[in-house]
Amino acid sequence: MFGYYFELAVRSLRRNPVLTGLMVLAIAVGIGTSMTTLTVMHLLSGDPIPGRSAQLFYPQVSPDTVRVNSLHPAELMDYRSAMDLWSAKRADRQAIMVDSQLKVRAPGTNLPALMQYMLSTTTDFFSMFDVPFEYGSAWSADDDEKHARVAVISSDFNHKLFHGENSVGRTLRLANTDVRIVGVLKPWRPSPLFYEVHGGRMAGGDTADFYRSPQNIFTPFQTGLEINDGNFQQFTCWRVPETPGHLKNAACQWVWLWVQLNDSSKVADYRRFVAGYAEQQKASGRYTQTLTAVPSLMEWMTTNRVVPGDVRLQTWLAFAFLVICLCNSIGLMLAKFLRRSGDFSVRRALGATRGAVIAQCLVEAGVIGLAGGLAGWLLTLAGLWLVRRQDVAYADLVHLDPSMFAVTFVLAVVVSLLAGALPAVRAGGVAPALQLKTL
Amino acid sequence: MSLHPILASLRHHRLATLLIVLQIALACAVMCNACSLIAARWHAMQLVSGVDETSLGALYLTGYEPQQANDLNARMLEGLRRIPGVTSVNVVNTVPFGPQAGTVGVTLDPAGKHFGGVVDFYLGTPGTLEAMGVKVIEGRAPTAEEYRAVEDFVPHDAGVLVTRSLADHLWPGDSPLGKEFWIDHFHYRVIGVLQRLAIAVPGSRGAESSDWSVYAPALAGPRFAGTYMLRAAPADLPGVMHKAREAVASLAPDAVLTRETSLSIPELRTLRFANDKAMMGILFGIIIALLLVTALGIVGLASFWVARRRKQIGIRRAIGATRRDILHYFQLENFLIVSMGIVAGGVLAYGISIGLMMYSEVPLLPPSYFAAGAVVLWSLGQLAVLGPALRAAAVPPVAATRAG
Repeated sequence: MFGYYFELAVRSLRRNPVLTGLMVLAIAVGIGTSMTTLTVMHLLSGDPIPGRSAQLFYPQVSPDTVRVNSLHPAELMDYRSAMDLWSAKRADRQAIMVDSQLKVRAPGTNLPALMQYMLSTTTDFFSMFDVPFEYGSAWSADDDEKHARVAVISSDFNHKLFHGENSVGRTLRLANTDVRIVGVLKPWRPSPLFYEVHGGRMAGGDTADFYRSPQNIFTPFQTGLEINDGNFQQFTCWRVPETPGHLKNAACQWVWLWVQLNDSSKVADYRRFVAGYAEQQKASGRYTQTLTAVPSLMEWMTTNRVVPGDVRLQTWLAFAFLVICLCNSIGLMLAKFLRRSGDFSVRRALGATRGAVIAQCLVEAGVIGLAGGLAGWLLTLAGLWLVRRQDVAYADLVHLDPSMFAVTFVLAVVVSLLAGALPAVRAGGVAPALQLKTL
Repeated sequence: MSLHPILASLRHHRLATLLIVLQIALACAVMCNACSLIAARWHAMQLVSGVDETSLGALYLTGYEPQQANDLNARMLEGLRRIPGVTSVNVVNTVPFGPQAGTVGVTLDPAGKHFGGVVDFYLGTPGTLEAMGVKVIEGRAPTAEEYRAVEDFVPHDAGVLVTRSLADHLWPGDSPLGKEFWIDHFHYRVIGVLQRLAIAVPGSRGAESSDWSVYAPALAGPRFAGTYMLRAAPADLPGVMHKAREAVASLAPDAVLTRETSLSIPELRTLRFANDKAMMGILFGIIIALLLVTALGIVGLASFWVARRRKQIGIRRAIGATRRDILHYFQLENFLIVSMGIVAGGVLAYGISIGLMMYSEVPLLPPSYFAAGAVVLWSLGQLAVLGPALRAAAVPPVAATRAG
C-alpha cells in the first residue's frame, strides 16, 4: 500500500510543479536556517569533555576584603587561597592554573620570536582532562615540586616549529629560559575551552572567545611563575599590586583551580572542606566573607552563559522562521489536497476508508518533506560555510556531524507531516456522495 | 463595496484564513523586532570616539625586557618619526578600538567605600591630546611639568582630564574641576574636561559607559613603553602604517609586533564592529526571506481560492459585476486578512520586544517600527494577491454555466 501511495504522491506532485516547488522551497528554507543555527548551538552548548565532565568541579571562595556585599563568590582566586586548597589534596585530582603571554623562540629553527600564551599548571591537568599525547608524556609531580624547566606543546605548535616531528627532548626558549619539551599533544580542541571559562556573567553575551583554542605551551605551575615573573595579568584586584605583573602576594584574583571528585559523597565532603576553609580564613582575619561554591563543570558553563548571545538570538529567529514556513506549508498543502477533493471522493465512494485517504495525503506530505530535507541539507551546508567565514573564535569548530545530518532529515519529515496532518484530516473528511455530484 | 460577503466567505474558510493570519502575525512580529535589533547595532556602530580616527594608527610591541624599555622607546620614536608622512608619534597605553589597557575601577573616597565606576585610563606623552584631536571643553590640558614618569600601569598621583559623560556620572550637576578620585591609594585630581574620548572597547561594559575615559599625562619609561600612536594625513595613513609595521623589524629586532592590533584606527574600528555587521547582515537576510516566504504563501493560497471560486466568480460576472469589482473583491479580502495578521502581530511583536529587553540592552519596540512593518506587509499582501486577483477578474461570465 505504501508503495502505491508513494507512486500516487510522486504523480500528484509532478502534476503541479509550481505548487510543489513552493512547498519544497518553504520547507527547505525553514530547515536550512534552523539547522544552520541548531548545528552551531549544538556545537557550542555541548559537553566539552564527555564522560568526565560530571566529575569535574570548580571551587570558588571570596577573598575580596573591599567589595564585601557581593552575591557571588570570586571568579578566580588569589595565590594563597588557591595554593592552600591545592596543597590540601582533598580531591581525587587537582590542578592549579594560570595563563600568561610570553616571548617564545625555538633555537635551531629559523622562525622569528613569537608571542604565545602559556598555561602554567600542575601535572594532574593532563590526566584530569584526558588530554591526548602524540609524543612523550606529561611532566611528573616531582617536576612540579622541583620547578623543572620542562614544557608540553600543542600539536599545532609542534607542526609550526618542528613540522610535526617528534620534538620530545628539544629545547624551547621561553622569555629568557630554556625549557626541554617532554610531551607533544595530539590535536585537542575542547568546545568551549572550559578550563579557562570565567567572567561570562559580566560579558553581556559577548562570549565567543570562550571557544578559542587551548594554549600552545604548558609548563609546570611554579616554573611558569618564575619564567614569566612580572608579566601576569590579574582578572581583578581589590588592592593595587605592589609590583605590577608579580601577583604572588597581591590582593588579586588571577589563578584558579579545577578538581576531580569521583563520587557524590566526595563532592559533599569537598564542599564542606571549602566552606570550612573560608570560615577558618575569616576567623584568622584574612577573609571578610565566607561565601563559597563548588559548581560542577556544566553548572559553571551555565553560570557563565557560554553560548554567545548572538548565537542564541539567531537560533530563536531561525525557529520563528521555521514556524512561519510551517504555516506556509500547511496552507499550501490544504490548497493542494482540497483541490483534489474530487479524486478523494471517488476513492471514498469506491470503498477507501477515511484512514486510507489520510494515509495517502500523509505519504504525499512525507515525500515533500524528504525533498525539502534534501534541499534543506544543501542550504544548511551553505549556511555553515557562511558561519565558518565569520571572524569568530568558534568558526573552525563548525561542521555538520552525522547526528545533525540525521536530524536535518528527521526534522524535515516531521515538519512536513505536521504540516500535512491538518490538511490530510480535512481531505479525509470529504464526503463521497457530495463531491461526486459536482463531477 | 460591502464587507459583508467577504467576511462571510472568510468565515467559511476559517482554517485557511487562520493560517495566513498566523503567518502574517509571526512575520510582522519577527520583522519589527529584527529591524529594532538592526537599528540598535547600527546605532552602536555610529559611536563617536572623539579622536581624529582617519589620521591615527597604533603599533603594539611586546616581548622586550623591562630594562630595554627606554632604549626601545628612543629607537622607536626616532625611527617612526623619520617615516615620510608621519606628523607625530607618541607613546600611549592604547587607543580607542585597540586592546583594553588601563581599565580600572575608581572610587570617590580614599577608603574605597564609594565606588565610582569602571573607567579606561589613557596615558600619553606630551602632545598626545593634540595628536588625538580630542577637545578640552573645560579647564585645561596638562602643562609640560605635569608630564611625569609612571611607576605603574597608571600614575600614582596626577592631575587628569575626564570626559564629559564620566564627569556627569561621577559628579552629576556639579563642576568636575578640582574634584578628586582614587584607585586604592592612587590619587587623581580633575584639571580639565574632554568633550569625548571613547573607551578602548566601547560597549563592553554597557552602552552608558562607552565614553568613561580618563586622560593622564605620563612620560615614557620602563613601565610605559611599547605602544606607539602615529599621526599622518588621512590620505597617507595606510602607506605610513605599512611602512611603520615593516620598520619595526629593524628598529626593534628583539621586540615582537602584535600584527593583529597594529593597525590604523579605521581598521581597528572595522574589526571591532565586524560581528555586529555580520549580525546585521543575518537579520536583514532573515527579514528578506520572511517576506519572500510570506508572499509565496499568499500567492499560493489566493491562487487556490480563485481556482475554487471560478464558478461563483462566473455567476457574479454573469449577473453584472465588472472585472474591476472582482479585482477589488480579492484585494479587499487580502487587505482584511493582512490587517488581522498585523493586529495579532502587534501583540506578539511587543511580547517579544519585552522578552528581548529582559535579555539585552534593546529599547522597547518604537511604534514607528511597527507602523512601518504594517505598511510593508499591506503592500506585500497587495502585491502578492495582484496576480491571482487579475486571473480572477479574467474569468469570463460563461464560467457560471460550466461545471467545476
